[in-house]
Amino acid sequence: MTHSEFDSFRPTEPARRRRTDRRGAGRRRDGGDGSREMPMVPEAEFTSYYGRPVVKPAPWGDDVAAYLFLGGVAGGSALLGLGGQLTGRPTLRRNARVTALAAVSLGAVALVRDLGRPERFLHMLRTFKLTSPMSVGSWILSAFSAGAGVAAVAEIDRMSSARLPLGPLRPVLQAVEGPAGVEAALFAGPLAAYTAVLLGDTATPTWNAAREELPFVFVSSAALASAGLAMITTPVREAGPARKLAAFGVMGEMVAMRVMEHRMDPVEAEPLHQGRAGAMLRWSERLAAAGGLGTLLGGRNRAVAAASGLALLAASALTRFGVFEAGLSSAKDPRYTIEPQKNRLAARRAAGITGDSITTAG
Amino acid sequence: MGQLSGPTDPSADARWEDHPPRKGFFTDTSICIGCKACEVACKEWNHNPQDGNLELLKSSYDNTGALGASTWRHVAFVEQGQERVVQARESGRALVSLGMPAIGPPAPAADQDLSEVDTTPPDTPDFRWLMSSDVCKHCTHAGCLDVCPTGALFRTEFGTVVVQDDVCNGCGTCVAGCPFGVIERRSDGTVAVAAQREEPHAQPPAVPNVGIAQKCTLCYDRLIADETPACAKACPTTSIKFGDHDHMVETARARVAELHAQGLTEARLYGANELDGVGGTGSVFLLLDEPEVYGLPPDPRVPTADLPRMYRRAGMAVAGMVAAAALAFLRGRA
Ligand code: SF4
Ligand code: SF4
Repeated sequence: MTHSEFDSFRPTEPARRRRTDRRGAGRRRDGGDGSREMPMVPEAEFTSYYGRPVVKPAPWGDDVAAYLFLGGVAGGSALLGLGGQLTGRPTLRRNARVTALAAVSLGAVALVRDLGRPERFLHMLRTFKLTSPMSVGSWILSAFSAGAGVAAVAEIDRMSSARLPLGPLRPVLQAVEGPAGVEAALFAGPLAAYTAVLLGDTATPTWNAAREELPFVFVSSAALASAGLAMITTPVREAGPARKLAAFGVMGEMVAMRVMEHRMDPVEAEPLHQGRAGAMLRWSERLAAAGGLGTLLGGRNRAVAAASGLALLAASALTRFGVFEAGLSSAKDPRYTIEPQKNRLAARRAAGITGDSITTAG
Repeated sequence: MGQLSGPTDPSADARWEDHPPRKGFFTDTSICIGCKACEVACKEWNHNPQDGNLELLKSSYDNTGALGASTWRHVAFVEQGQERVVQARESGRALVSLGMPAIGPPAPAADQDLSEVDTTPPDTPDFRWLMSSDVCKHCTHAGCLDVCPTGALFRTEFGTVVVQDDVCNGCGTCVAGCPFGVIERRSDGTVAVAAQREEPHAQPPAVPNVGIAQKCTLCYDRLIADETPACAKACPTTSIKFGDHDHMVETARARVAELHAQGLTEARLYGANELDGVGGTGSVFLLLDEPEVYGLPPDPRVPTADLPRMYRRAGMAVAGMVAAAALAFLRGRA
């Protein structure tokens, strides 16, 4: 930009991103002959501070993405467990309860591992804050784990023919296992959905823009994943409800995902289609469709059911990792923060709302 | 739970009784010389470890790049050619003609006779430096504070936002919650230079507060002692001004009016409007170009403002999930 003789000593500047491509790049206005034509409409140009990001991505690793998936599996499984409990399907009940506990425990470990100070994980429960989805979620997770834990331990005790060293607590356990299953199921939906609020309630452009529909995507993904897992673990005779839930989940996710992308600002939706995140989400859709079809057409065959279940689990994991990655990459590129914000500001101004800008003339 | 958006007194909203007036900065970038005294003073006072390797970045005379866990004041350097200066002046003029709200005292021009004043813009330079010392905004509605699950982040009696080092567990939610990209979780990996020449660098002093979220405290420790924050104290040009928030906003308005009267329509305020997406900021800036040029978001909005709606949507989703499960079992039994 400068014209000094020392310029040659400077390192090269990273190219600033200009959005002139659509209008014929290379049309230069500064001919240098003084007859420079002033543009009537300033060209839409995207400026930033030397291409540096405006917002910071959450310092979350794959552990958190894995938790999004595991929390969903746990929540859905607890619902299936309660269903099995209420409709007399002991195998489905047992398997769902055990997988709920396994998934939620793994998820909790992943969450704790991701903390900057894992030894302080209990600080999560030192207060209850409605404005913090992370705080609300920690309490949901704790409440869920209590019920899921009791129900699953009761199952394990039965499976091992009462070999757990429970002593006089065994009758107590047997008495509370039913209510515990109900309690876990009560927190199952919130466990599957709060993570969508956690991502939505951030300044990360793609997550924030997805906030309206993300809960629907996540609960659908939870439903199809837990149903898929139940189809793997449980004989087809008892897995009928799981097959139906899987079908609902696949339909729900396809619809919610489409509505979500449709309602998002096109710029903010872009990271959902690009790079690794885009590839994961495309594969997630394919696998969900395949798993859903397999379930509907061949779900009564044990092998087909298990294969479909596996496809559904993979689809759900890919959905979570894809959405997670898309958000992180949207925070790393200033374009996704600046452009949509400029557009919405301009739209408000065009609509005559001029009083709410952070930039003022006085 | 206090207010989630809109104008408010943050300390009162956080239920402080008898609190002192809200404190804040006014950073007037039009007189910043980019000396980085504020960055240095901040590091020294707050014992913040080194960030990066002290090399200039490959873009400008900037070696820290952005605010972060260990950089609580960041001086941005922007080089601009004439075209961009003209654009800045235009965008500033457009802002004036929008008739932006003028809250507070009227511009000093009101009782002056301006007919004598020469308002032709000064010659547009063919090149300029923009230097701006960025800092945590201490938002009226702070995204970081709202989403912190442990209560580590809290609102002080001065209306500022501070992390309690011994409470934070490094969950990182606040990092994503800040619309300005200010707060960050401190990772290690910085090589601290030995304090004494004789000490070997191989055993650097331990980096404090690794793994927890860190950001500007507006020198809470100094405010309690009725002192000026280190950066404002060190600033040789008074580009960083510190005081009661109301007074800072007033000063900022007077200064922008003064620059406008000189024809410098590129001057504009950032954060002085309590009707904006974060309820106004505690740190007010006078900028000479669009905010994004300095790495600031053009229309930030505290995410929590939409939280009630998000909870409602999540509630609907939960109901849908439970209904789907119920349907799966009911139909299955029939
Ligand atoms: S600028 Fe960011 S870190 Fe500072 S108070 Fe506002 S939300 Fe928090
Ligand atoms: S990292 Fe610390 S300050 Fe930030 S939200 Fe988590 S507990 Fe709160």
